[in-house]
Amino acid sequence: MTARVPVVEGLFTEDGGSARLLGGHCPRCGAWFFPKQWSFCRNPHCTGGPLDDAELSTRGRLWSWTDNRYAPPPPYPARDPFTPYGVAAVELEEEQMVVLGQLAAGTDPATLTLGQPMELVAEPLYEDEQGQRTVWKWRPT
Amino acid sequence: MSDVQILGVGMHPWGKWGRSFAEYGVVAARAALADAGLTLDDVQYLAAGNTMRNGYPGYVSGSTLAQALGWSGIPVSSSYGACASGAVALDAARARIEAGLADVALVVGADTAPKGFFGPLPGDRPEDPDWLRFHVLGATNPTYFALYARRRMERYGATPKDFAAVKVKNSRHGLANPNARYRKVFTEDEIAESPIVADPLRLVDICATSDGAAAVVLTSADYAASRPDRRAVRVAAVSTVTPTYPNTVLDMPDIATDSGVGAPPPPRPFRDSIAHAAYEEAGVGPADLSVAEVYDLSTALELDWYENIGLCDPGGAEALLHSGATTLGGRVPVNPSGGLACFGEAIPAQALAQVCELTWQLRGEAGERQVDGARVGLAINQGLFGHGSCVICST
Repeated sequence: MTARVPVVEGLFTEDGGSARLLGGHCPRCGAWFFPKQWSFCRNPHCTGGPLDDAELSTRGRLWSWTDNRYAPPPPYPARDPFTPYGVAAVELEEEQMVVLGQLAAGTDPATLTLGQPMELVAEPLYEDEQGQRTVWKWRPT
Repeated sequence: MSDVQILGVGMHPWGKWGRSFAEYGVVAARAALADAGLTLDDVQYLAAGNTMRNGYPGYVSGSTLAQALGWSGIPVSSSYGACASGAVALDAARARIEAGLADVALVVGADTAPKGFFGPLPGDRPEDPDWLRFHVLGATNPTYFALYARRRMERYGATPKDFAAVKVKNSRHGLANPNARYRKVFTEDEIAESPIVADPLRLVDICATSDGAAAVVLTSADYAASRPDRRAVRVAAVSTVTPTYPNTVLDMPDIATDSGVGAPPPPRPFRDSIAHAAYEEAGVGPADLSVAEVYDLSTALELDWYENIGLCDPGGAEALLHSGATTLGGRVPVNPSGGLACFGEAIPAQALAQVCELTWQLRGEAGERQVDGARVGLAINQGLFGHGSCVICST
Protein backbone atom coordinates (compact mmCIF):
# COMPACT_ATOMS: atom_id res chain seq x y z
CA MET A 1 0.00 0.00 0.00
CA THR A 2 1.26 3.48 -0.89
CA ALA A 3 2.10 5.68 2.09
CA ARG A 4 -0.20 8.64 2.75
CA VAL A 5 1.76 11.75 3.68
CA PRO A 6 0.21 15.17 4.41
CA VAL A 7 1.02 17.68 1.69
CA VAL A 8 2.39 20.06 4.32
CA GLU A 9 3.34 18.88 7.78
CA GLY A 10 1.51 20.22 10.81
CA LEU A 11 -1.73 21.45 9.20
CA PHE A 12 -3.84 18.34 9.59
CA THR A 13 -3.65 14.69 10.56
CA GLU A 14 -5.47 11.57 9.53
CA ASP A 15 -3.88 9.38 12.19
CA GLY A 16 -6.53 7.06 13.53
CA GLY A 17 -8.46 7.15 10.27
CA SER A 18 -10.32 10.47 10.41
CA ALA A 19 -9.12 13.87 9.21
CA ARG A 20 -8.62 16.66 11.76
CA LEU A 21 -7.22 20.17 11.27
CA LEU A 22 -4.30 21.04 13.57
CA GLY A 23 -4.46 24.57 14.93
CA GLY A 24 -3.76 26.57 18.03
CA HIS A 25 -5.98 27.37 21.00
CA CYS A 26 -5.41 30.04 23.61
CA PRO A 27 -6.00 28.69 27.13
CA ARG A 28 -6.63 32.24 28.42
CA CYS A 29 -9.04 33.93 25.96
CA GLY A 30 -10.29 30.83 24.13
CA ALA A 31 -9.38 32.05 20.62
CA TRP A 32 -8.55 29.53 17.90
CA PHE A 33 -6.00 29.82 15.14
CA PHE A 34 -5.53 27.95 11.88
CA PRO A 35 -2.85 27.43 10.85
CA LYS A 36 -1.28 27.89 14.27
CA GLN A 37 1.33 29.98 12.39
CA TRP A 38 2.85 31.62 15.47
CA SER A 39 3.46 30.25 18.94
CA PHE A 40 1.52 32.98 20.75
CA CYS A 41 -2.04 34.31 20.94
CA ARG A 42 -2.59 37.35 18.72
CA ASN A 43 -5.85 38.49 20.27
CA PRO A 44 -4.91 42.07 21.29
CA HIS A 45 -7.38 41.84 24.19
CA CYS A 46 -5.45 38.83 25.57
CA THR A 47 -2.04 38.57 27.22
CA GLY A 48 -0.48 37.15 24.07
CA GLY A 49 0.76 34.02 25.81
CA PRO A 50 1.65 30.65 24.29
CA LEU A 51 -0.95 28.63 22.39
CA ASP A 52 -1.86 25.02 23.00
CA ASP A 53 -1.86 22.63 20.07
CA ALA A 54 -5.47 21.83 19.27
CA GLU A 55 -7.63 19.94 16.82
CA LEU A 56 -10.45 21.91 15.21
CA SER A 57 -14.06 20.87 14.71
CA THR A 58 -14.49 18.47 11.81
CA ARG A 59 -17.95 19.73 10.90
CA GLY A 60 -19.28 23.11 9.92
CA ARG A 61 -21.65 24.96 7.65
CA LEU A 62 -20.99 26.03 4.07
CA TRP A 63 -20.11 29.77 3.91
CA SER A 64 -19.41 29.85 0.17
CA TRP A 65 -17.89 27.75 -2.62
CA THR A 66 -16.54 27.86 -6.16
CA ASP A 67 -15.39 25.60 -8.96
CA ASN A 68 -11.98 26.38 -10.50
CA ARG A 69 -11.81 25.64 -14.21
CA TYR A 70 -8.26 26.84 -14.99
CA ALA A 71 -4.96 25.38 -13.77
CA PRO A 72 -3.42 27.58 -11.06
CA PRO A 73 0.26 28.53 -11.29
CA PRO A 74 2.93 26.65 -9.29
CA PRO A 75 3.32 25.78 -6.49
CA TYR A 76 -0.09 24.15 -7.08
CA PRO A 77 0.63 20.57 -8.12
CA ALA A 78 -1.71 20.65 -11.11
CA ARG A 79 -2.19 17.35 -12.93
CA ASP A 80 -1.77 17.07 -16.67
CA PRO A 81 -4.38 17.12 -18.06
CA PHE A 82 -5.75 19.58 -15.55
CA THR A 83 -8.80 18.54 -13.59
CA PRO A 84 -11.16 21.27 -12.30
CA TYR A 85 -11.55 21.34 -8.52
CA GLY A 86 -13.91 23.01 -6.11
CA VAL A 87 -12.98 25.16 -3.12
CA ALA A 88 -15.31 25.57 -0.15
CA ALA A 89 -15.31 28.00 2.76
CA VAL A 90 -16.81 26.38 5.84
CA GLU A 91 -17.83 28.11 9.06
CA LEU A 92 -16.97 26.27 12.27
CA GLU A 93 -19.48 26.98 15.01
CA GLU A 94 -17.41 26.42 18.14
CA GLU A 95 -14.33 28.22 16.78
CA GLN A 96 -16.39 31.00 15.10
CA MET A 97 -14.09 30.95 12.12
CA VAL A 98 -14.21 30.14 8.41
CA VAL A 99 -11.75 27.58 7.01
CA LEU A 100 -11.05 26.95 3.32
CA GLY A 101 -10.56 23.53 1.79
CA GLN A 102 -10.97 21.90 -1.58
CA LEU A 103 -14.26 20.14 -2.21
CA ALA A 104 -14.02 16.38 -1.85
CA ALA A 105 -13.80 14.41 -5.10
CA GLY A 106 -17.19 13.68 -6.64
CA THR A 107 -18.89 16.71 -5.07
CA ASP A 108 -21.00 18.52 -7.64
CA PRO A 109 -20.76 22.25 -6.82
CA ALA A 110 -24.11 22.81 -8.56
CA THR A 111 -25.87 20.82 -5.81
CA LEU A 112 -24.55 22.88 -2.88
CA THR A 113 -26.50 25.42 -0.84
CA LEU A 114 -25.42 28.09 1.62
CA GLY A 115 -25.32 26.90 5.21
CA GLN A 116 -25.50 23.18 4.49
CA PRO A 117 -23.55 20.88 6.83
CA MET A 118 -20.08 19.85 5.68
CA GLU A 119 -17.48 17.48 7.12
CA LEU A 120 -13.74 17.16 6.88
CA VAL A 121 -12.09 14.34 4.92
CA ALA A 122 -8.53 13.63 3.79
CA GLU A 123 -7.85 12.88 0.12
CA PRO A 124 -4.81 12.63 -2.15
CA LEU A 125 -3.78 15.85 -3.89
CA TYR A 126 -0.82 14.39 -5.85
CA GLU A 127 1.81 11.67 -5.65
CA ASP A 128 5.58 11.94 -5.28
CA GLU A 129 8.47 9.73 -4.14
CA GLN A 130 7.20 9.89 -0.54
CA GLY A 131 3.82 8.49 -1.53
CA GLN A 132 0.34 9.89 -1.84
CA ARG A 133 0.40 13.48 -0.64
CA THR A 134 -2.89 14.12 1.10
CA VAL A 135 -4.80 17.26 1.97
CA TRP A 136 -7.95 18.04 3.95
CA LYS A 137 -11.11 18.62 1.97
CA TRP A 138 -14.74 19.46 2.70
CA ARG A 139 -17.57 17.08 1.82
CA PRO A 140 -21.33 17.50 2.25
CA THR A 141 -22.52 15.31 5.13
CA MET B 1 -8.33 67.39 8.12
CA SER B 2 -5.63 67.36 5.51
CA ASP B 3 -4.95 70.43 3.41
CA VAL B 4 -2.39 68.88 1.09
CA GLN B 5 -3.09 69.58 -2.57
CA ILE B 6 -2.74 67.67 -5.82
CA LEU B 7 -1.06 70.00 -8.30
CA GLY B 8 -0.52 67.54 -11.11
CA VAL B 9 -1.26 63.99 -12.23
CA GLY B 10 -0.04 61.78 -15.05
CA MET B 11 -0.19 58.23 -16.31
CA HIS B 12 1.44 55.83 -18.70
CA PRO B 13 -1.32 53.95 -20.53
CA TRP B 14 -2.13 50.45 -19.25
CA GLY B 15 -1.29 47.53 -21.49
CA LYS B 16 1.09 44.64 -21.88
CA TRP B 17 4.21 46.34 -23.11
CA GLY B 18 6.90 44.12 -21.60
CA ARG B 19 9.28 46.97 -20.74
CA SER B 20 10.86 47.90 -17.41
CA PHE B 21 8.44 49.32 -14.84
CA ALA B 22 10.81 52.27 -14.47
CA GLU B 23 10.19 53.26 -18.09
CA TYR B 24 6.48 53.55 -17.42
CA GLY B 25 7.08 55.30 -14.10
CA VAL B 26 9.23 57.97 -15.70
CA VAL B 27 6.60 58.66 -18.36
CA ALA B 28 3.90 59.05 -15.69
CA ALA B 29 6.14 61.14 -13.40
CA ARG B 30 7.15 63.52 -16.20
CA ALA B 31 3.50 63.86 -17.24
CA ALA B 32 2.48 64.68 -13.66
CA LEU B 33 5.27 67.25 -13.29
CA ALA B 34 4.32 68.87 -16.62
CA ASP B 35 0.68 68.92 -15.49
CA ALA B 36 1.78 70.70 -12.31
CA GLY B 37 3.99 73.13 -14.25
CA LEU B 38 7.01 71.90 -12.27
CA THR B 39 10.32 70.18 -12.97
CA LEU B 40 12.28 67.60 -11.04
CA ASP B 41 14.28 70.44 -9.46
CA ASP B 42 11.13 71.49 -7.59
CA VAL B 43 10.55 68.04 -6.07
CA GLN B 44 11.78 67.60 -2.50
CA TYR B 45 10.62 64.05 -1.84
CA LEU B 46 9.80 60.99 -3.91
CA ALA B 47 7.49 58.27 -2.62
CA ALA B 48 7.02 55.15 -4.74
CA GLY B 49 4.99 51.96 -4.57
CA ASN B 50 6.98 48.73 -4.82
CA THR B 51 6.52 45.88 -7.25
CA MET B 52 7.24 42.31 -6.16
CA ARG B 53 7.79 40.72 -9.54
CA ASN B 54 10.62 42.79 -10.96
CA GLY B 55 13.56 41.79 -8.78
CA TYR B 56 15.49 44.00 -6.39
CA PRO B 57 14.77 47.26 -8.31
CA GLY B 58 11.10 46.64 -7.57
CA TYR B 59 11.74 46.44 -3.80
CA VAL B 60 13.55 49.79 -3.87
CA SER B 61 11.18 51.48 -6.28
CA GLY B 62 11.84 54.94 -4.80
CA SER B 63 15.52 54.87 -5.66
CA THR B 64 14.98 52.99 -8.93
CA LEU B 65 12.66 55.76 -10.10
CA ALA B 66 14.88 58.51 -8.66
CA GLN B 67 17.79 57.09 -10.65
CA ALA B 68 15.67 56.72 -13.78
CA LEU B 69 14.42 60.30 -13.49
CA GLY B 70 18.00 61.47 -12.92
CA TRP B 71 19.44 61.51 -9.39
CA SER B 72 18.55 64.81 -7.77
CA GLY B 73 19.68 64.00 -4.24
CA ILE B 74 16.21 63.99 -2.72
CA PRO B 75 15.09 61.54 -0.03
CA VAL B 76 12.89 58.68 -1.22
CA SER B 77 10.64 56.01 0.24
CA SER B 78 9.59 52.67 -1.24
CA SER B 79 6.30 51.36 0.11
CA TYR B 80 4.56 48.07 -0.28
CA GLY B 81 0.93 47.39 0.59
CA ALA B 82 0.06 45.07 -2.32
CA CYS B 83 -2.77 46.71 -4.32
CA ALA B 84 -2.82 49.48 -1.70
CA SER B 85 0.86 50.38 -2.31
CA GLY B 86 0.03 53.59 -4.15
CA ALA B 87 -2.07 54.86 -1.25
CA VAL B 88 0.64 53.94 1.25
CA ALA B 89 3.16 55.92 -0.81
CA LEU B 90 0.70 58.81 -1.11
CA ASP B 91 0.22 58.76 2.65
CA ALA B 92 4.01 58.88 3.22
CA ALA B 93 4.34 61.88 0.94
CA ARG B 94 1.35 63.62 2.49
CA ALA B 95 2.72 63.12 6.00
CA ARG B 96 6.06 64.55 4.89
CA ILE B 97 4.31 67.68 3.64
CA GLU B 98 2.00 67.94 6.66
CA ALA B 99 5.05 67.72 8.90
CA GLY B 100 6.59 70.69 7.10
CA LEU B 101 9.51 68.62 5.81
CA ALA B 102 8.66 69.24 2.16
CA ASP B 103 6.47 71.51 0.04
CA VAL B 104 6.48 69.39 -3.11
CA ALA B 105 6.46 65.60 -3.29
CA LEU B 106 6.20 63.23 -6.23
CA VAL B 107 4.33 59.94 -5.78
CA VAL B 108 4.78 57.20 -8.38
CA GLY B 109 3.52 53.65 -8.87
CA ALA B 110 4.63 51.56 -11.84
CA ASP B 111 4.43 47.89 -12.66
CA THR B 112 5.38 45.29 -15.23
CA ALA B 113 3.07 42.32 -14.69
CA PRO B 114 3.40 38.69 -15.72
CA LYS B 115 0.69 37.05 -17.82
CA GLY B 116 -2.15 35.05 -16.31
CA PHE B 117 -2.78 34.27 -12.64
CA PHE B 118 -0.62 36.01 -10.10
CA GLY B 119 1.33 33.36 -8.20
CA PRO B 120 3.32 33.59 -4.98
CA LEU B 121 7.01 34.43 -4.91
CA PRO B 122 9.23 31.44 -5.75
CA GLY B 123 10.55 29.00 -3.16
CA ASP B 124 9.20 26.40 -0.78
CA ARG B 125 7.68 28.39 2.07
CA PRO B 126 4.90 26.62 3.99
CA GLU B 127 4.97 29.37 6.64
CA ASP B 128 3.90 31.97 4.04
CA PRO B 129 0.09 32.10 3.72
CA ASP B 130 0.44 33.25 0.10
CA TRP B 131 2.47 30.14 -0.77
CA LEU B 132 0.26 27.89 1.30
CA ARG B 133 -3.03 28.85 -0.33
CA PHE B 134 -1.65 28.09 -3.78
CA HIS B 135 0.14 24.86 -2.93
CA VAL B 136 -2.40 23.23 -0.65
CA LEU B 137 -5.69 24.54 -2.03
CA GLY B 138 -5.07 25.99 -5.47
CA ALA B 139 -6.81 29.08 -4.12
CA THR B 140 -5.99 31.73 -6.75
CA ASN B 141 -7.13 35.34 -6.47
CA PRO B 142 -10.18 34.56 -8.67
CA THR B 143 -11.02 31.72 -6.23
CA TYR B 144 -11.52 34.30 -3.49
CA PHE B 145 -13.40 36.67 -5.82
CA ALA B 146 -15.69 33.77 -6.71
CA LEU B 147 -16.31 32.87 -3.06
CA TYR B 148 -17.46 36.45 -2.43
CA ALA B 149 -19.57 36.45 -5.61
CA ARG B 150 -21.27 33.13 -4.78
CA ARG B 151 -22.04 34.35 -1.27
CA ARG B 152 -23.58 37.51 -2.74
CA MET B 153 -25.80 35.35 -4.94
CA GLU B 154 -26.87 33.14 -2.06
CA ARG B 155 -27.51 35.93 0.43
CA TYR B 156 -28.94 38.66 -1.77
CA GLY B 157 -30.21 36.86 -4.85
CA ALA B 158 -27.60 38.41 -7.16
CA THR B 159 -27.28 36.71 -10.55
CA PRO B 160 -24.54 36.45 -13.17
CA LYS B 161 -26.66 38.89 -15.21
CA ASP B 162 -26.16 41.49 -12.47
CA PHE B 163 -22.42 40.92 -12.63
CA ALA B 164 -22.53 41.22 -16.42
CA ALA B 165 -24.33 44.56 -16.09
CA VAL B 166 -21.35 45.89 -14.12
CA LYS B 167 -19.05 44.84 -16.96
CA VAL B 168 -21.29 46.43 -19.59
CA LYS B 169 -21.38 49.69 -17.60
CA ASN B 170 -17.63 49.87 -17.02
CA SER B 171 -16.79 48.92 -20.59
CA ARG B 172 -18.91 51.85 -21.78
CA HIS B 173 -17.27 54.19 -19.26
CA GLY B 174 -13.74 53.28 -20.32
CA LEU B 175 -14.38 53.47 -24.04
CA ALA B 176 -13.10 57.03 -24.35
CA ASN B 177 -10.30 56.75 -21.78
CA PRO B 178 -6.94 57.07 -23.56
CA ASN B 179 -5.15 55.36 -20.67
CA ALA B 180 -7.39 52.28 -20.62
CA ARG B 181 -6.06 48.97 -21.97
CA TYR B 182 -9.42 47.56 -23.08
CA ARG B 183 -11.60 49.95 -25.02
CA LYS B 184 -14.45 47.84 -26.27
CA VAL B 185 -18.11 47.79 -25.29
CA PHE B 186 -19.19 44.38 -24.04
CA THR B 187 -22.72 43.11 -24.49
CA GLU B 188 -24.46 40.71 -22.11
CA ASP B 189 -24.42 38.03 -24.82
CA GLU B 190 -20.65 38.29 -25.28
CA ILE B 191 -20.16 38.04 -21.53
CA ALA B 192 -22.36 34.94 -21.34
CA GLU B 193 -20.07 33.25 -23.89
CA SER B 194 -16.91 34.01 -21.92
CA PRO B 195 -15.41 30.88 -20.29
CA ILE B 196 -15.94 30.32 -16.58
CA VAL B 197 -12.73 30.74 -14.59
CA ALA B 198 -14.05 30.26 -11.06
CA ASP B 199 -17.79 29.71 -10.95
CA PRO B 200 -19.83 31.97 -11.00
CA LEU B 201 -17.20 34.30 -12.49
CA ARG B 202 -16.25 34.29 -16.15
CA LEU B 203 -13.01 35.44 -17.71
CA VAL B 204 -14.45 38.87 -18.50
CA ASP B 205 -15.77 39.25 -14.94
CA ILE B 206 -12.20 39.15 -13.63
CA CYS B 207 -9.61 41.86 -14.13
CA ALA B 208 -6.47 41.16 -16.13
CA THR B 209 -2.90 41.84 -15.02
CA SER B 210 -1.38 44.86 -16.74
CA ASP B 211 1.67 47.05 -17.13
CA GLY B 212 1.13 50.70 -16.36
CA ALA B 213 2.10 53.68 -14.23
CA ALA B 214 0.50 56.61 -12.46
CA ALA B 215 1.99 59.61 -10.71
CA VAL B 216 0.72 62.41 -8.50
CA VAL B 217 2.40 65.69 -7.51
CA LEU B 218 1.44 66.69 -3.97
CA THR B 219 2.13 70.11 -2.50
CA SER B 220 1.43 72.07 0.65
CA ALA B 221 -1.58 74.41 0.58
CA ASP B 222 0.70 77.44 0.65
CA TYR B 223 2.72 76.18 -2.28
CA ALA B 224 -0.43 75.47 -4.30
CA ALA B 225 -1.72 78.96 -3.48
CA SER B 226 1.47 80.39 -5.00
CA ARG B 227 0.52 78.72 -8.28
CA PRO B 228 -2.88 80.26 -9.09
CA ASP B 229 -2.38 79.28 -12.74
CA ARG B 230 -2.93 75.64 -11.71
CA ARG B 231 -6.19 74.11 -10.61
CA ALA B 232 -5.31 72.20 -7.46
CA VAL B 233 -7.47 69.46 -5.98
CA ARG B 234 -7.49 68.92 -2.23
CA VAL B 235 -6.60 65.60 -0.63
CA ALA B 236 -9.35 65.54 1.99
CA ALA B 237 -8.46 62.13 3.43
CA VAL B 238 -6.15 59.16 3.01
CA SER B 239 -7.08 55.94 4.81
CA THR B 240 -4.55 53.13 4.99
CA VAL B 241 -6.20 51.22 7.83
CA THR B 242 -5.62 47.57 8.68
CA PRO B 243 -8.27 45.14 9.96
CA THR B 244 -9.41 45.13 13.58
CA TYR B 245 -9.14 41.78 15.39
CA PRO B 246 -11.01 39.52 15.06
CA ASN B 247 -11.23 39.76 11.27
CA THR B 248 -13.88 37.10 10.76
CA VAL B 249 -14.47 37.84 7.06
CA LEU B 250 -12.37 35.69 4.73
CA ASP B 251 -9.49 37.73 3.33
CA MET B 252 -6.72 36.99 0.81
CA PRO B 253 -4.31 35.25 1.17
CA ASP B 254 -5.46 33.55 4.38
CA ILE B 255 -6.86 30.02 4.38
CA ALA B 256 -8.90 30.73 7.52
CA THR B 257 -10.32 33.77 9.27
CA ASP B 258 -9.65 34.91 12.81
CA SER B 259 -11.76 33.21 15.45
CA GLY B 260 -14.60 35.25 16.91
CA VAL B 261 -14.01 33.64 20.32
CA GLY B 262 -12.44 35.70 23.10
CA ALA B 263 -12.76 39.21 21.68
CA PRO B 264 -15.61 41.59 20.91
CA PRO B 265 -16.52 41.85 17.22
CA PRO B 266 -14.94 44.87 15.49
CA PRO B 267 -17.21 47.92 15.11
CA ARG B 268 -17.43 47.22 11.38
CA PRO B 269 -16.00 44.71 8.89
CA PHE B 270 -12.62 45.52 7.36
CA ARG B 271 -13.81 46.80 3.98
CA ASP B 272 -16.40 49.05 5.61
CA SER B 273 -13.73 50.38 7.97
CA ILE B 274 -11.49 51.47 5.08
CA ALA B 275 -14.11 53.94 3.83
CA HIS B 276 -15.30 54.85 7.33
CA ALA B 277 -11.85 56.12 8.35
CA ALA B 278 -11.65 58.27 5.20
CA TYR B 279 -15.15 59.71 5.69
CA GLU B 280 -14.28 60.55 9.31
CA GLU B 281 -11.12 62.38 8.31
CA ALA B 282 -12.71 64.25 5.41
CA GLY B 283 -15.84 65.15 7.38
CA VAL B 284 -18.08 63.95 4.55
CA GLY B 285 -20.40 61.00 4.04
CA PRO B 286 -21.59 58.82 1.19
CA ALA B 287 -24.34 61.31 0.28
CA ASP B 288 -21.68 63.94 -0.43
CA LEU B 289 -19.93 61.90 -3.13
CA SER B 290 -20.15 63.06 -6.75
CA VAL B 291 -18.05 60.18 -8.08
CA ALA B 292 -16.30 57.03 -6.88
CA GLU B 293 -13.56 54.77 -8.19
CA VAL B 294 -13.80 51.34 -6.57
CA TYR B 295 -11.54 48.30 -6.95
CA ASP B 296 -13.45 46.04 -9.31
CA LEU B 297 -11.09 43.06 -9.22
CA SER B 298 -14.26 41.28 -10.25
CA THR B 299 -17.59 42.61 -11.43
CA ALA B 300 -19.29 41.17 -8.33
CA LEU B 301 -16.79 42.89 -6.06
CA GLU B 302 -17.84 46.28 -7.43
CA LEU B 303 -21.30 45.58 -6.01
CA ASP B 304 -19.80 44.73 -2.62
CA TRP B 305 -17.96 48.06 -2.63
CA TYR B 306 -21.22 50.01 -3.18
CA GLU B 307 -22.28 48.71 0.21
CA ASN B 308 -18.84 49.03 1.85
CA ILE B 309 -18.70 52.76 0.97
CA GLY B 310 -22.29 53.33 2.05
CA LEU B 311 -23.92 54.07 -1.31
CA CYS B 312 -26.65 51.61 -0.28
CA ASP B 313 -27.49 49.09 2.44
CA PRO B 314 -26.16 45.51 2.29
CA GLY B 315 -28.07 43.67 -0.43
CA GLY B 316 -29.04 46.88 -2.20
CA ALA B 317 -26.21 47.10 -4.74
CA GLU B 318 -27.98 45.32 -7.59
CA ALA B 319 -30.98 47.67 -7.36
CA LEU B 320 -28.65 50.67 -7.17
CA LEU B 321 -26.78 49.47 -10.26
CA HIS B 322 -29.95 48.87 -12.28
CA SER B 323 -31.37 52.26 -11.23
CA GLY B 324 -28.56 53.82 -13.26
CA ALA B 325 -27.28 55.78 -10.26
CA THR B 326 -23.73 54.45 -10.70
CA THR B 327 -23.63 54.93 -14.47
CA LEU B 328 -22.28 58.13 -16.01
CA GLY B 329 -25.16 60.59 -15.91
CA GLY B 330 -26.49 59.01 -12.69
CA ARG B 331 -26.44 60.30 -9.12
CA VAL B 332 -23.00 58.96 -8.22
CA PRO B 333 -21.14 57.42 -11.16
CA VAL B 334 -18.83 54.59 -10.12
CA ASN B 335 -15.66 53.84 -12.09
CA PRO B 336 -16.08 56.51 -14.77
CA SER B 337 -12.50 55.63 -15.77
CA GLY B 338 -13.72 52.18 -16.77
CA GLY B 339 -12.18 50.67 -13.63
CA LEU B 340 -10.08 47.54 -13.57
CA ALA B 341 -12.48 46.08 -16.12
CA CYS B 342 -10.89 48.38 -18.70
CA PHE B 343 -7.43 48.72 -17.17
CA GLY B 344 -6.42 45.43 -15.61
CA GLU B 345 -4.34 45.50 -12.50
CA ALA B 346 -0.91 47.21 -12.36
CA ILE B 347 -0.50 46.69 -8.64
CA PRO B 348 1.50 49.64 -7.22
CA ALA B 349 0.02 52.04 -9.79
CA GLN B 350 -3.62 51.24 -9.23
CA ALA B 351 -4.47 53.36 -6.20
CA LEU B 352 -2.69 56.31 -7.84
CA ALA B 353 -4.51 55.76 -11.13
CA GLN B 354 -7.75 56.11 -9.15
CA VAL B 355 -6.49 59.43 -7.76
CA CYS B 356 -5.55 60.61 -11.26
CA GLU B 357 -9.12 59.92 -12.38
CA LEU B 358 -10.61 61.76 -9.40
CA THR B 359 -8.35 64.73 -10.11
CA TRP B 360 -9.41 64.94 -13.75
CA GLN B 361 -13.05 64.57 -12.71
CA LEU B 362 -12.82 67.31 -10.06
CA ARG B 363 -11.01 69.61 -12.46
CA GLY B 364 -13.69 69.02 -15.09
CA GLU B 365 -11.10 67.62 -17.52
CA ALA B 366 -12.38 64.06 -17.96
CA GLY B 367 -13.78 64.66 -21.43
CA GLU B 368 -16.46 62.23 -22.56
CA ARG B 369 -16.45 60.48 -19.20
CA GLN B 370 -16.87 63.71 -17.20
CA VAL B 371 -19.21 63.62 -14.20
CA ASP B 372 -21.06 66.92 -14.32
CA GLY B 373 -20.27 69.24 -11.45
CA ALA B 374 -18.06 66.77 -9.58
CA ARG B 375 -16.97 68.23 -6.23
CA VAL B 376 -16.12 65.27 -3.97
CA GLY B 377 -14.64 61.99 -5.13
CA LEU B 378 -13.71 58.77 -3.32
CA ALA B 379 -11.26 56.11 -4.46
CA ILE B 380 -11.14 52.80 -2.60
CA ASN B 381 -9.05 49.70 -2.87
CA GLN B 382 -7.70 46.85 -0.78
CA GLY B 383 -4.35 45.10 -0.79
CA LEU B 384 -3.95 41.53 0.34
CA PHE B 385 -2.40 40.86 3.77
CA GLY B 386 -4.71 43.48 5.31
CA HIS B 387 -4.05 46.77 3.53
CA GLY B 388 -6.81 49.34 3.25
CA SER B 389 -6.62 52.15 0.70
CA CYS B 390 -9.08 55.00 0.45
CA VAL B 391 -8.52 58.54 -0.79
CA ILE B 392 -11.12 61.31 -0.75
CA CYS B 393 -10.48 64.36 -2.91
CA SER B 394 -12.46 67.57 -3.12
CA THR B 395 -12.47 70.77 -5.13
